[in-house]
Amino acid sequence: MNKNVKTFHGGIHPACDGKSLSNGVSVQRAPLLDKYRVVISENVGKPPKPVVEAGACVKKYQLIAAADGFVSANLHAPTSGRVTGIVEVPGAMGVPVQAIEIEADGADEAGELLPALDWRNCDVALLRKRVEEAGLVGMGGAAFPTHVKLSPPPEKKVDVLVLNGAECEPYLTADHRLMVEQPEAVLEGAAISARILGVTKIYIGVEINKADAIDALNAHAAEFGIEVVPLKVQYPQGSEKQLIFAITGRKVPAGGLPMDAGCVVQNVGTAAALADAVIRGIPLVERIVTVTGEVVAHPGNWLLKIGTPVIRVVEWAGGVTEEPGKLILGGPMMGFAQKSFDVTVTKNTSGILLLPRTVAVTYGSSPCIRCGRCVAGCPMNLVPCALGNAVEAERFDLAAQNHVMDCLECGSCAYVCPAHRPLVQHMRRAKAEIRKRKK
Amino acid sequence: MSDGEKTTEVMLPTGSDLVLSVSPHLSAADSVRRIMYKVLLALIPACVAGIWFFGWRALAVIVVTALFCIGAEALWCRIAGKPVLGTIADGSAALTGVLLALNLPPEIPFWICLVGAFLAIWLGKQVFGGLGNNPFNPALVARVGLLIALPAAMTTWTPPRGMGADSPAAAEFYSPSTLHKLQGKKVGLDSVTHATELDSVTCATPLGVVGTTPKILDKSFEAQQNFQAVDNNEMLWRYFLGIKGGCIGETSILALLIGGILLIAFKLINWRVPICYIGTVAVFTGLVNYFFPGVTPTPLFHILTGGLVLGAFFMATDMVTSPITPTGCIVFAIGCGIITSVIRIWGNYPEGVSFSILFMNALVPLIDRWCGQRPFGYTVKREVAK
Amino acid sequence: MGTLTAAVMVMAGIGLALGVVIGFFAKLFQVKSDARVELVTELLPGANCGGCGKAGCSDFAKSVVSGENPPSKCPVSSKEQVTAIALALGIDAGESFAKKAVVCCGGDREQTLRLANYNGVLDCVSASLVAGGPKGCAYGCLGMGTCARKCPFGAIEIINGLAVIHKELCVGCGTCVAVCPRNVIKLVPAEAEVHVYCNSPAKGPAKKQVCRVPCLGCRKCVRAAEGKFTVNGFRAEVNYQAPELPTAEDVQKIGCPTGCLLTAEEHLRIEMNEPEWSAGKDE
Repeated sequence: MNKNVKTFHGGIHPACDGKSLSNGVSVQRAPLLDKYRVVISENVGKPPKPVVEAGACVKKYQLIAAADGFVSANLHAPTSGRVTGIVEVPGAMGVPVQAIEIEADGADEAGELLPALDWRNCDVALLRKRVEEAGLVGMGGAAFPTHVKLSPPPEKKVDVLVLNGAECEPYLTADHRLMVEQPEAVLEGAAISARILGVTKIYIGVEINKADAIDALNAHAAEFGIEVVPLKVQYPQGSEKQLIFAITGRKVPAGGLPMDAGCVVQNVGTAAALADAVIRGIPLVERIVTVTGEVVAHPGNWLLKIGTPVIRVVEWAGGVTEEPGKLILGGPMMGFAQKSFDVTVTKNTSGILLLPRTVAVTYGSSPCIRCGRCVAGCPMNLVPCALGNAVEAERFDLAAQNHVMDCLECGSCAYVCPAHRPLVQHMRRAKAEIRKRKK
Repeated sequence: MSDGEKTTEVMLPTGSDLVLSVSPHLSAADSVRRIMYKVLLALIPACVAGIWFFGWRALAVIVVTALFCIGAEALWCRIAGKPVLGTIADGSAALTGVLLALNLPPEIPFWICLVGAFLAIWLGKQVFGGLGNNPFNPALVARVGLLIALPAAMTTWTPPRGMGADSPAAAEFYSPSTLHKLQGKKVGLDSVTHATELDSVTCATPLGVVGTTPKILDKSFEAQQNFQAVDNNEMLWRYFLGIKGGCIGETSILALLIGGILLIAFKLINWRVPICYIGTVAVFTGLVNYFFPGVTPTPLFHILTGGLVLGAFFMATDMVTSPITPTGCIVFAIGCGIITSVIRIWGNYPEGVSFSILFMNALVPLIDRWCGQRPFGYTVKREVAK
Repeated sequence: MGTLTAAVMVMAGIGLALGVVIGFFAKLFQVKSDARVELVTELLPGANCGGCGKAGCSDFAKSVVSGENPPSKCPVSSKEQVTAIALALGIDAGESFAKKAVVCCGGDREQTLRLANYNGVLDCVSASLVAGGPKGCAYGCLGMGTCARKCPFGAIEIINGLAVIHKELCVGCGTCVAVCPRNVIKLVPAEAEVHVYCNSPAKGPAKKQVCRVPCLGCRKCVRAAEGKFTVNGFRAEVNYQAPELPTAEDVQKIGCPTGCLLTAEEHLRIEMNEPEWSAGKDE
């Protein structure tokens, strides 16, 4: 790889990225469990409405909750069995959430699949409808319904589709393995998305630490007219705005969406799921999850059904070598720390990370020494330390003036802070307070 | 997976020891304490040079001042009810102490070190709320405070090793009577400076000599030769090595540069700050020297004498008291350079580094405001997309 | 001697001249203020708590003089103070309902499970943004003292990880109610003695898993004291609108099985006696 790989301004490079724990481990298929708890409100927007009653028998892939409104996504049964009812489970955000509990019958019998579509020739509206039916959401983290993303308002001229294979989060290798093992599904999904959007320029950005993924994609990219763009290993390369800038040189205006810069960004996992939905008619009920961390006995990548409790996944991975200090859903930079192992895998769970106390950061309350590292590290060109101080003084007006709302919460500032100040928490507080005041 | 496999010693987490915190969950290895110790490490060459040139007395000053500063910090924390050990362990008090010691003359009485330590830690730092909240560099607050309150003690310079009566331009640096006393004797470690009969051997600093030289305002040959005795290649080389009167830490430019390179290598300072600071002084004094050679010596003389290099690498780059944005740092450095030059050329004091940095410290909040960054995605007019 | 005289004269002269200038400009740019506003401001407590909905006491005084608000709108002033303002202005005092705040949670560090070791900003709002906070109960008091720091009257104390309101200091301004991220603080009639110290609408068994003193929604109180309690979902509440409020005797009679139904005094006493806390607290 040459040195002129594309990147953005700012950001950090974590010294220990932990990817080697699992990036060479092929995706494993999880054994069948006797019980799944499928969280209903997995997506951004309105949660879907359950359409099955307690006691009902469901087949695998059967619709169990239907989208409620446009910004909402369908939910399908991950396996065949009996619905025992709606239960409360710990959510990934820490607040208890509603989930549909399914007792598996062990047959894992598939119900009727949606008809396969010939995506090159069929009607675009049909494709878009299929994306909606399959309950696809952004699998990179936000869980934004994909069909909404693929329906930009007509006044926004979208001409570029960017596929996000950067996987800049340390430790996570799910997208990496997906690109290595199923490059065609990723590329085909991208091509279908491009057809839905009516764009011809498709880029797929991959950090150069995933050389095998770049090679695997390059082997087929030409068939679909997709350009694979090697990117510098720099966090947060996979953040939408940074990715668009790195690949196209366009800047998404502040407060705007990628489509304001004529781009749509899609995660590679979503693209692969989209290909499955269109070509084989399979709705989204399972995804690749990285199970890793220094304390996991056998870190690896697993194809997990949604609704799988995290504790079972840890068991399949051989358990732990010592009691973990932190359980994180997602990556270590933006993932959410959990209070219990009863949380379940959802459509946007990209990783299950178990860190020992020695590796996880301990935040302190020592004062800012104004070293300026956060300023250098902020990919949005903000001054995080000043924002943190404003929040500590509860001067949310000052924080708003200094553009706290543009913060990505990527955590670069807190990562480099030598005083270990919980800057992201301050930013979140400021955003919450400002939103509250606007109401 | 069969049942047999499942049972073999799979240790499952209980989740009893989970820590809940905001993302990110990783952190760079650096901490405030490590930063302070790294800066202390970078100061070692300057300390060694000071001890080499001024003898064990210099070491005593450094150690004593550092201990006084730590003591002053501990005392304040005790009175204010803050955790004592934790505050001292971060190394900031020790660093202030060493920096202050490097800014003191080698023969300074220890009681002045004590006063300086309290000035630095109490008045310079803790009254503002401690580390991170002080607007002024604590070591410089103490130095300037002492300089104004005790000018005689603070400007009594001892000759360093290698600056005997037979050294070049000795007549410029010693008074005739001192010169007479020094005849045929060595100066430096175990030197005459400590011998009882020569108890009060003092010398002038190069900047002091320049300050007392009458200025010539034309471009005549006399003007060209006005500073010839102290500003020639041989003398400049001696200044670079450290054979000149002055504070403990500011004599050897060589040692300071080694420390400065360490700081840059540790990524503790932005190299632009010392370069801009020293560069501004060079350009400013160079211009004045070009038009009025009888008013001020050459830029190289200005760089190699006084506390400029010490100030530029270790004082103007102090994280707490310098601007936070890269552009702000450059504005700050240029401001320091201009004020230093102005004081050196036209001021009452021969040296202006401390004053200039303190003055610019006061402007840091304004500089931070003016040199704010434009966040990603904003156009020049700061329009926000709706 | 001449120098001294001259110095004194000069100083005196400068002082006099500046005094005249200041006096002149003070008259020139005088802001005409309503004497009544100043009077009312003086009669108000001056805590600037914002409990009336205005920016501060003088702002409220303006609104009283203009007739926008009755004097009784000030939650802090006692009945006598309100009457004094009304008399001074010759207006109606308005009806006042004295209120007090109460933290409807008894889940201190011993009673309620902490699911994780929290590491972050010690502020309830901030903590609630990190996975909803470390507390096992998603509805109870987080006990990091955001309300206590905001209370203009110093009426809230954090005892053993639980905010407790000292009734005699509370004036019912409602500042704490507004800042609490868990909405666990309620404004209740000042004369109410008995409260249900539980805020969780979750089901009984779920609550019992994380807390020793939850309201299980057993309806014992509703049955024993007719009309004084209501049950909302799985949680009983004191019916503060009822003509008769529950008393200490009612609490005795009911005998709440978990002990979340208490008089304010009893609640405070229980919390104050927590042995762990009393060591670090000067009482």
